[in-house]
Amino acid sequence: MLKITKPVWVFLFFALGLTLAFPLFGEPFYIELLTNIMIIAIFAMSLDLLVGFTGLVSLGHAAFFGIGAYCLAIFFGQSDQFSLWAALPVCLTGAALAAVIIGLISIRTSGVYFIMLTLAFAQMFYYFFFESKHFNGDDGIFMLAKPEVKLGSLQLMDLGNEVTFYYFTLGIMVAVFLFLIMIIRAPFGQVITGICVNEQRVRSLGYATQRYKFVSFVIAGTLAGLAGFLEAAHSGFITPSYLSWHESGAILVVLILGGLGTLYGPIIGAVVLVLLEDFLPDLTDHWKVLLGGIIILIVLFLPNGVSSLSGKLFRRKIFTASKPQR
Amino acid sequence: MELSFYLIQLLNGIQFGFLLFLVASGLTLVFGIMDVINLAHGSFYMIGAYLAYWLTGIFGNLFLGILLAIPLAIAIGMAVEKLAIAYVYKKGHLHQVLLTYALILIFDEMQRFLWGNDSHSVDVPNLLSGSIPLTDIQVYPVYRLFISAVCIIIGIGMFYVIQKTKLGMRIRAGASNNEMVQALGINIERLFSIVFSLGVALAAFAGMIAVPVDSLYPGMGDNILIISLVVVVIGGIGSIKGAFVGAMIIGVSSIFGKTLLPDMASVIVYAMMAAILIWRPKGLFQAI
Repeated sequence: MLKITKPVWVFLFFALGLTLAFPLFGEPFYIELLTNIMIIAIFAMSLDLLVGFTGLVSLGHAAFFGIGAYCLAIFFGQSDQFSLWAALPVCLTGAALAAVIIGLISIRTSGVYFIMLTLAFAQMFYYFFFESKHFNGDDGIFMLAKPEVKLGSLQLMDLGNEVTFYYFTLGIMVAVFLFLIMIIRAPFGQVITGICVNEQRVRSLGYATQRYKFVSFVIAGTLAGLAGFLEAAHSGFITPSYLSWHESGAILVVLILGGLGTLYGPIIGAVVLVLLEDFLPDLTDHWKVLLGGIIILIVLFLPNGVSSLSGKLFRRKIFTASKPQR
Repeated sequence: MELSFYLIQLLNGIQFGFLLFLVASGLTLVFGIMDVINLAHGSFYMIGAYLAYWLTGIFGNLFLGILLAIPLAIAIGMAVEKLAIAYVYKKGHLHQVLLTYALILIFDEMQRFLWGNDSHSVDVPNLLSGSIPLTDIQVYPVYRLFISAVCIIIGIGMFYVIQKTKLGMRIRAGASNNEMVQALGINIERLFSIVFSLGVALAAFAGMIAVPVDSLYPGMGDNILIISLVVVVIGGIGSIKGAFVGAMIIGVSSIFGKTLLPDMASVIVYAMMAAILIWRPKGLFQAI
């Protein structure tokens, strides 16, 4: 059950205000960094729908991110001008199709099998792009241009401009956030949250839980594709490493860092992880040891993530106590 | 391409399958009995390989190196179980995935710290460096046959332990019903510790014995982990027999894939897994 309390809303609006105002005084480097954070936040929110609200732990979510990115590179990478209105639907359809295929097979399983199946399928796509000479293998693909946003002949936005892209990403992130809140508060969301808590009971109430899980999987995959599209359009360079299982693991880390099943947690987690990845390498060459240590500490001592710190201050936990661990 | 070429490929595939079996059988036991996802299992393969490389370098003899590396690897495994993994037994798969993911980051970075980014290799020991002629021009190295033979012996030993001894009885009982085993007064924590160490020992040993035929490189654990996961999923979680059959299927098909369809070799393995799982969503065999 999604509960966003008043203090959290206040905090979110405050943060949104800051983010809106940031390009007025921020340096270009930090504007780009924030754009990255927001893209990762969208990616993590899509996974939150699956892991936090449906209770399906996926270790292959990067596949959809990468496929969204690759669709942009494959179909539009060689053209020097193309429209957003063509590119976005193609990328979303590509990611959704992949989610349908993987979902049809893996939804039938649960628990450990589900985790390993999603992982294995993501690896399949990873190796497909890694080894295919057609798509440049592990050298990746460079994009020639950014998508154009036009209405008729009128240019609405210039995505080549870093600040414009920043606001574009921010707009999409807010839209995804509101869209997920809408879904989760809708009857569909009630059912999947029920599945997360106790699938047997939901099934005994007469719901075809498999279908709900499947739809949730496809929505999550499509939104991850959206994040991949943004990443590809932003960096202009796509490699198979977008699909690697390290990415899938890292995005789970973002989710746990922030807090599962909160929707705003993934945003916080994205901020924390990107800043850590930016800051730790300055300390030592072997910063991954530190990152691993921090992750272990969080898993052991703060299993509900950073956002639970605010929860401990402002509200009492109602539902987490009765939730069975899976 | 004649018959002997395919024979060599088949032997290579079987030998790779045996190695996979050693890694995957530990993984499947840990999954099946402890219900723990251990992504760091591949890291133990890597640790085993690097320990053998390091100790062989010191003592100049692979066998002595392996002999000394085994207890070290087991000690590392037990320490990891006690210090980290024991805390997430009850916490659910998600936290296990994250914890072991973090362990991989740490182990991989430690490897880079201690041995650097270059790839290393170890010579085949003199005793086993010969090869058997198959035709006039093609030969088959003895060391690869030796790997297969050792794996067969270990496999038989494992079968004996699990089917015929008291410990094996407990392991089998643990795989089918954990709570019942506890209710019967068996110290489940100790059983978990033994099973985990056994799994670590098998994975590390596979890494050690493979050192002369494979090179050592950063991230070698990840590759073997993912392919072992595929083996476990195909065979059925918790099933040693399944791990064996799955390892053979994957070992042979990946070696043949590399020679017959080099462009799509890695994809073949996963496509095969998908096909088997469409047919049997729970893998080929039941737990133990």
